[in-house]
Amino acid sequence: MTIQNKKLLVSAIKDGTVIDRIESGNALKVIHFLNIIDSEKIITVGLNLPSKVMGKKDLVKIENLELTTKQINDLAILAPNATINIIKKYKVIKKFKAEIPDYIHNIVTCPNPKCITNNENIITKFDIINKKNPIKIKCNYCEKIFEQNDILNYKHT
Amino acid sequence: MPTEFKNRDIISITDLSKSDILHILKVAEDLKKKPRPDLLKGNIMASCFFENSTRTRLSFETAMLRLGGNVTGFSNADVTSIKKGETLYDTIKIIGQYVDVIALRHPLEGAAKLASEATDKPIINGGDGANQHPTQTLLDLFTIRECQKKLTDLKIALVGDLKYGRTVHSLAQALVHFGVRLYLIAPNVLQMPNHILDTLKLSGIKFSMHENMESIINKVDIIYMTRIQEERFTDKIEYERLKDSFILKTEHLKKVQNSMRIMHPLPRVNEISPDVDKTKHAYYFEQAKNGLFVRQAILGLLLGKLN
Repeated sequence: MTIQNKKLLVSAIKDGTVIDRIESGNALKVIHFLNIIDSEKIITVGLNLPSKVMGKKDLVKIENLELTTKQINDLAILAPNATINIIKKYKVIKKFKAEIPDYIHNIVTCPNPKCITNNENIITKFDIINKKNPIKIKCNYCEKIFEQNDILNYKHT
Repeated sequence: MPTEFKNRDIISITDLSKSDILHILKVAEDLKKKPRPDLLKGNIMASCFFENSTRTRLSFETAMLRLGGNVTGFSNADVTSIKKGETLYDTIKIIGQYVDVIALRHPLEGAAKLASEATDKPIINGGDGANQHPTQTLLDLFTIRECQKKLTDLKIALVGDLKYGRTVHSLAQALVHFGVRLYLIAPNVLQMPNHILDTLKLSGIKFSMHENMESIINKVDIIYMTRIQEERFTDKIEYERLKDSFILKTEHLKKVQNSMRIMHPLPRVNEISPDVDKTKHAYYFEQAKNGLFVRQAILGLLLGKLN
């Protein structure tokens, strides 16, 4: 892919959000997590795109949707290196990184099958105890500590 | 200063500060010396045991009764509406309206935390799956202090299944407050999990890992034995090779320190040979008895009848 083509991929929506630098393989999880499949928004997905920094990366573009700060920060646990580009009239008007929050509520399912949260219908709560690689989260209920790779399921926002 | 105990929950040993722990031990010590048969008159404890237990349930219930309180509850989830599909949350919310304090054991991890969100009444975690069992840790600390007259500057060996044993996890987490030297003795596959080792490292206490106890046993003040379960081994040959090295026998005790004491959360199966019971080093039955005083202390404190 030429650099020119790549630029085109990122900026070729009129209005909306481009989530760039998603870890390769996680784009579909991001879409599921944002719960936008049924929204009738036009979504473009790039998988395994070449990246100087990451080697390869995924990318998601959503037309006519501006993500809220909460959605972006919630997304950080799933795509910690992501860059969010807000597009207006084909131009990037805002560009920022997702900020990993101190805690996440109802974002991930506890990977511990014996955790009470997997057996009763309650909101999961995790503290982020390490914000740098490897990101580590601690379940407020079963007190188990997990790395990002351990997370099997993300809930919808 | 310890935090106010009245109406507090006891969910995890990590919720308790060093001064909280020392205060509970002090109150338990007082109750062991001087019983208070009328302290909790008119109070009711629900003993909600969703899973089997002998010592924990009976010592909670006896603790309440010996302080003059009353006990209601169940020792088997099959007799509750959980069988009909009622959630733990609803069950505890309702029981909380009947009683003053709830002692809970549940097979799922985090159950006690959820229960504490369902009711304003104090919840005492009597074991939530493989997660926490804080009253066991408190009675372990009480027992260590009782037999060694101190909690600091001790050499303590934790022996057996350190990977899956919740009592040794909680005990190690609590001992970081007291500057002990820890010897972690376990087969490699059953060594202490990394998150506990991280806590030990962060606290700066000295610890080392070993595959057999012979080289360590003569220099420690406390040997804390736990059971190694055969089903934890994927390699049965490995189990056969190691199983005997984690059985404590009288012949191991020839050169130990005079004041060394052996502890075990019980039930034991074969990891402490019965002839060890008769030696002055055996302290596990006294340890189990101490559960009564520690649980009395917790009940008195949470119900606001002791300061």
